[in-house]
Amino acid sequence: MKETGPTSMGRRNMLLGAGALGGGLLLSACTSNSNGDADKANVKATTAASGSTPGKHVTIGFSAPAADHGWIAAITKNAKAQAGQFTDVSFQAAEGTNDVNAQISAVQTLIDKKVDVLVILPFDGKALTSIGAQAMDAGIPVVNLDRVFDNSLAYRTWIGGDNYGMGVNAAQFIIKTLKAKGVSKPVIGEIAGIDNLDLTKQRSLGFKEALAKAGFSVSIRQAAQFTADSGQQVMSNVLQARSKLDAVWNHDDDQGIGVEAAIKQAGRSEFFMVGGAGSKHAMQEIKADSGVLKATVVYPSSMSASAVTLARLIGQSKGMGDLVEQEVPTSITLFSATVTKDNVDQYLPTSFT
Amino acid sequence: MSDQTTPRPAQEDAPGLPAQAGSGAGVATRPSLVKEGPDPGAAGPGGGLGRQLLRLFPLHQMHSLGLLVVLILLGVVGTATSGNFLTSNNIVNILTSAAVIGVITVGQTFVIIGGGIDLSVGAIVAVASVWCTTVATQSHGLAGMLFTAVVVGAAVGLLNGILIAYGKIVAFITTLAMMASARGVAERISDRQSQVVTVDSFNRIATDKFLGIPLLVYLMAAIVVLGWLLLNRTTFGRHTFAVGGNPEAARLAGIAVRRHTMLLYLLSGVCCGVAAVMLTARTTSGASNLGNLYELDSIAAVIIGGTLLAGGRGSLFGSILGVLVFTTITNIFVLNNLTTDIQEIAKGLIILAAVLLQRTRGARSPA
Repeated sequence: MKETGPTSMGRRNMLLGAGALGGGLLLSACTSNSNGDADKANVKATTAASGSTPGKHVTIGFSAPAADHGWIAAITKNAKAQAGQFTDVSFQAAEGTNDVNAQISAVQTLIDKKVDVLVILPFDGKALTSIGAQAMDAGIPVVNLDRVFDNSLAYRTWIGGDNYGMGVNAAQFIIKTLKAKGVSKPVIGEIAGIDNLDLTKQRSLGFKEALAKAGFSVSIRQAAQFTADSGQQVMSNVLQARSKLDAVWNHDDDQGIGVEAAIKQAGRSEFFMVGGAGSKHAMQEIKADSGVLKATVVYPSSMSASAVTLARLIGQSKGMGDLVEQEVPTSITLFSATVTKDNVDQYLPTSFT
Repeated sequence: MSDQTTPRPAQEDAPGLPAQAGSGAGVATRPSLVKEGPDPGAAGPGGGLGRQLLRLFPLHQMHSLGLLVVLILLGVVGTATSGNFLTSNNIVNILTSAAVIGVITVGQTFVIIGGGIDLSVGAIVAVASVWCTTVATQSHGLAGMLFTAVVVGAAVGLLNGILIAYGKIVAFITTLAMMASARGVAERISDRQSQVVTVDSFNRIATDKFLGIPLLVYLMAAIVVLGWLLLNRTTFGRHTFAVGGNPEAARLAGIAVRRHTMLLYLLSGVCCGVAAVMLTARTTSGASNLGNLYELDSIAAVIIGGTLLAGGRGSLFGSILGVLVFTTITNIFVLNNLTTDIQEIAKGLIILAAVLLQRTRGARSPA
């Protein structure tokens, strides 16, 4: 065959090689992502907290799932940034992992290193309970972040978000807006997150029960995967399934980028949408007030910064300054604030990118 | 996954498939895999390959016909269960949803017919989408973004091809490794954050329409037609079947097997680059978690489309019908607001049914 001739082979290979090299050179300049403000962690404002006067030195060990999603990435970043705010804290983060086994080993390593306090966001709360209890038995207090351990003996303090409350608050915003518009029989859609997670069930339950109190119900509920492409895919089909919608709650702002894209591509605008989690992009959309997104219910990614603050207080045997109690409480459930155009400026600094 | 980890059973299935029954003696050379050792005794002369293909042509049409029946059945079910199914809006929606995975499947079909497999397609889409949406790339505007996505896709595909063809690493392992590391690169570049596209002309790729049909659908149609011509009407296409059917025979027939194998992965990479442009425009963002499990979606479409997982035989038309079957199934589920668990069960059953239906139709017809 003619293309196997040595000369043409050589020329082609050279062309190919030169093309690859040239492309590589051009492209290598294109991986930069810095645009000035993108890299700032969003916790610095919280350092004026009470009890921040330097005290006994505390080593805090930190373990969380792999940061493969905007929210978890923000969690890890915020924890580290917060620890950096204290002169009396040194911070040891274990490599993030979505493998329960690997996370157990990571926590074990931190225990063996004899850190003073542990902050753990378990990939699966039930599976990590025993290692939490082991740390407590070894005299290391555990601050359990968000996904709760099975047994309260496995942690000193739990701090986390309110998934049920998130659904309730989304529903309440929708009810209020629809009542103001005078809609009596609304068509309400729900784009849930990954359906086999407990947090998704809690969110949907809160949404459903709060809507029911106003006599409303969810007309169509479909689950996406917390990714923009799954959100786009699901929403484009949902828009075909319901030719008219009044309100939509989308559980997650990361997948919401795709959900919004689907709405724009279908040219639909007859309804309004509420987001979830509280990304910077969503809040900017709310502030601009140009699309269907009118509100988002926050699942604060700053909770990891608070957890580090609590860990430091526990390590120094201090209480929380504004409370009368001498000790940090055993459980703190964070409020899921509803961010609208009116208060978006207040929440933009703590949003995640 | 388990299907792909063991290519052998698929090959053992082959005698049950119509190809063996229908075509002549030359087919006996076909079952040996790319990864198998040389088998020069059984290899026929190069001239026989073209004739075999001609003989196969009506057969793969039979496969496609079975799938067409499945698609029509789905259409009937959709129309019966939802008034919104048979509307022009919804048909356009199904076609648009199929566009991204359709383009990826074109590349995957070439690779699988050529006796390989590409598990890295989803990760290539992710890395191309992230790379073309960084702040630096977006500053170069539409042209810079398109260039970056396609060249990144091509470069990763080429790297796969070189490792497989010249490094002699099994395709399954090479692309599995690439699946992990390309997604890692995507995570590293994006810092795991969603990168929103601010270049409006880029996002218009997904919103612009011509005669009521989105550009994405034309783009997919164009790539499918080009792919079909390349596969069925050029020397490159005939070489692809030959290399996949029996690489040793292909080599003896004077085909540059290693270079051809490399080019197949390059082709798949370019398709992923184009798909990344389409997906990024559709979602108006680049993120390292885009394209998750697209490798399985595309492989499944290729296989139910009648292409032999062991290579050497297949149909691009069938693959695209496979994509449409999957997209239509998802559409019907959402139109009827079925819950996720029921969707998953039904999807598995429908895939099995589609393959079984094809097999019975195919077995009856050529006899």
